[in-house]
Amino acid sequence: MRIGVVTFPGSCDDLDARAAVAAMGAEPVALWHGDGDLKGVDAVVLPGGFSYGDYLRCGAIARFSPVMGEVAAFAGSGGPVLGICNGFQVLCEAGLLPGALLRNAGLRFVCREVELVVESTATAWTSACLPGSVVAIPVKHGEGRYVHDDPARLAADGQVVFRYAPGQNPNGSLADIAGVRNPAGNVVGLMPHPEHAVDPLLGPVGGRGLFESVLAAHV
Amino acid sequence: MSSVVEGLHRQLGLSDEELERILGMLGREPTRAELAMYSLMWSEHCSYKSSKVHLRRLPSEGPRVLQGPGENAGVVDLGDGLAAVFKIESHNHPSFVEPFQGAATGVGGIIRDILAMGARPAASLNSLRFGDPAEPVARRLLEGVVAGIGHYGNCVGVATVGGEVVFDPCYQGNPLVNALTVGFMPAARLLSGRAEQPGDLAVLMGAKTGRDGIGGASVLASASFEEGDEAKRPNVQVGDPFQEKLLIEACLELGERRLLRGLQDLGAAGISCAVAEVSARAGMGMEVELDAVPLREPSMEAWEVLVSESQERMLALVDPARLPDVLEVCDRWGVLANVLGEMRSGGRLTIRFRGEVVAEVPAGSLADEGPVYRRPLIPPPPPADAEVPLDADPADAVLALAGDPTCASKRWVWEQYDRFVGHGTVAGPGCDAAVLRVPGGHRAVALATDGNGRYTALDPGAGAALAVAEAARNVACTGALPIAVTNCLNFASPERPEVMGTFAAAVDGMAAACRALGLPVTGGNVSFYNESSGRPIHPTPIVGVLGLLEDAATAVPSGFQRSGLDVWLLGATRVELGGSVWQRLATGRLEGRPPALDLAAEAELQGLLVELAGRRLLAGAHDLSDGGLAVALVEAVLAAGVGATVELPPGLPPLAALASESPSRVLLAAAPEAAEELEALAGGAGVPAARVGATGGDRLVVPGVLDLPLGRLRDAYEGALPRALGEPA
Repeated sequence: MRIGVVTFPGSCDDLDARAAVAAMGAEPVALWHGDGDLKGVDAVVLPGGFSYGDYLRCGAIARFSPVMGEVAAFAGSGGPVLGICNGFQVLCEAGLLPGALLRNAGLRFVCREVELVVESTATAWTSACLPGSVVAIPVKHGEGRYVHDDPARLAADGQVVFRYAPGQNPNGSLADIAGVRNPAGNVVGLMPHPEHAVDPLLGPVGGRGLFESVLAAHV
Repeated sequence: MSSVVEGLHRQLGLSDEELERILGMLGREPTRAELAMYSLMWSEHCSYKSSKVHLRRLPSEGPRVLQGPGENAGVVDLGDGLAAVFKIESHNHPSFVEPFQGAATGVGGIIRDILAMGARPAASLNSLRFGDPAEPVARRLLEGVVAGIGHYGNCVGVATVGGEVVFDPCYQGNPLVNALTVGFMPAARLLSGRAEQPGDLAVLMGAKTGRDGIGGASVLASASFEEGDEAKRPNVQVGDPFQEKLLIEACLELGERRLLRGLQDLGAAGISCAVAEVSARAGMGMEVELDAVPLREPSMEAWEVLVSESQERMLALVDPARLPDVLEVCDRWGVLANVLGEMRSGGRLTIRFRGEVVAEVPAGSLADEGPVYRRPLIPPPPPADAEVPLDADPADAVLALAGDPTCASKRWVWEQYDRFVGHGTVAGPGCDAAVLRVPGGHRAVALATDGNGRYTALDPGAGAALAVAEAARNVACTGALPIAVTNCLNFASPERPEVMGTFAAAVDGMAAACRALGLPVTGGNVSFYNESSGRPIHPTPIVGVLGLLEDAATAVPSGFQRSGLDVWLLGATRVELGGSVWQRLATGRLEGRPPALDLAAEAELQGLLVELAGRRLLAGAHDLSDGGLAVALVEAVLAAGVGATVELPPGLPPLAALASESPSRVLLAAAPEAAEELEALAGGAGVPAARVGATGGDRLVVPGVLDLPLGRLRDAYEGALPRALGEPA
């Protein structure tokens, strides 16, 4: 399986995402923000970082980059897309995912390991996870407070994919929401960093399930 | 050429004698631009004019040293063609004047130093010193500095993985912000800032040049603080990490594709320093066209363009045949690139601006031939004995030590830093040393920074040696073999003989420790004038040690990771409380002798740690330092929430055993099956080793002395800093 990782100017976790893809047994493909070409990949990851310096608003400029037109078309045709942290912000700005991400309630950047509860396995990126299971994945962001007009409806529609485990919400997100999906389930975004949680030498491995899911579905 | 205003040199920080020296070298009056260049290049910060004669006494050679002092950063060989590039640098004064930007640009600057050698910057550590965190001024500085470090490091994608934070009233008016960065690269692609080839082009890359940071190295970094120095805020640079991120990626691609002859960072003294240093290192000269510099403000004068310390700029040395490729790479990354000059043989810098020659001086006169001072010095007085009361309840003492902001958890600080990016952080903040996997193999490096200003204030030579020993011991606790040192020497004004005497003694102590432990000093930084309204800081030499671990998977974790392990104490405990945290808490004083360091014993201990780790006999290790055994035990049991029951070293009052800061001691956790081999190896190395207890339970118990639940310890240790800052724990 070939998984593309987009590099925007200011992306920081693109190399980490590519390394995680490789560690999980898929082939990482570097995609460039300025190219209108996904190189025929089977899935796309929008990585963390500070695309375009996060100037104006996180993800607000990146959504207009040439590659995003292709990502939207790919998502529209059912292709698996994962937005991590800044990538999640880009997907929300691009209208591919519901809601928005605001400054952390504590007004500071927060980097820590948190536990997430898997709320939905009806997605390309969590199909191999157990519903209700708890996974440990780090967060690191200054603007990760998820907001939505109607979180109850979002949950009822099954679009809440991850919640922070009780007492672990690091940023004041509404209803402890850490990650969401589109109605079809092929596009997922989350603030925690699964690419930092695949190698036991470096810490918890709660991120492996996301990559295992997309790999399993590909076969 | 225009003539110079009478007395301008003094405003720029040059003495009358230094002006005379310039007149003698040039045989004429300097232009305004030339005077500005000399004032920066001959500043204490850039020229090391007061420290040079002493720094020569530090060992800088060793079989692993690929690049010692004199380049942008030190480089050591890790084996199999891999190299680590590392260096520490201060940004103390800018961080006092404007904490967020001062600290942020300190991080940006040291990252560019690593980049200039061709390495991808991988991770940073920071040594920070502030006044009492409960004081509003210190709190504002701490919050601003930490936010600035986090902002810059997080945005450029360089993990922040360790360091230390110490609080002491002596830093109230002059905080210390020392930033260390390490990078990795194939040794064969090592770059240098040497312009060897006539006709090569000097290409200025990165941000536009503005009026920020003018005089940063002279009026800011090379002078003491007085009341009203808020007016120096415009001398602080302003950082843009997004620009730096693009610059990093562009420079790395240029290096990987071997499109560069050399690379130099623009830091203190800006273009002046970069063109002078790349030329002088190779005995070359350069024709410089300042009109090629993209300006933020078109009204800037030549001297301002020459000395501006605008951030996020690099100078690339390029073969003219490669120029189109270089410009294409820069364009793709959105990095401005302009040909600033052309290399010439003969050693002369000729600088033109708007049709006029504004400066024409020998490059070496700026970079190498500045004044060198053998400043008068008064040797420090020998330390005297002092008594510290030991009548407190041991349990109360342990809680007080664990809850002292200097000893307590720095989670409040490091949770603001991205420690994960780069997929290499095996051990991060809160551990004895950071452990980073080296890309391209199984190796890892371990890094720690240490420095105890209280010890150094009592006995400069002993304090500096203790700093080397502690940083190296922290590295050895992970199982890594310490191999090299970078240092940042933070002192008060070199114009005071007692400060110079302290400095000289500290260098001697550091040199002796480095020799005894086989550690070459590959680079670093001297920061003088750390005093505010006549109040000097404690002399504070900070030592960064880099160690090598052949297999990242064998890294020994910090503290007690599971129950059922034996607890061992290596090393001898004596009643040594001079300069200790307990002395400060119990008496509020700083007096006596710092703990005695036996360098041979320290070397044996560190060798033993590496040996034990290599044989996989260790399940955990933790160094004893500030707060002695008490703080080490608290940290060890809180590391994974596993309690322990231990006996104290015999023959001492319990509180002395807990609070003494005797060096060369380490707590170990090891499986019971390892006991025999561990004891034999320790015996063979001559290192005292006692099995003092076992891990397990949810309390820290010293039978007959104290019995504390982990919850209370956690509250004291984790809650101390938030409480001191007036925040919910």
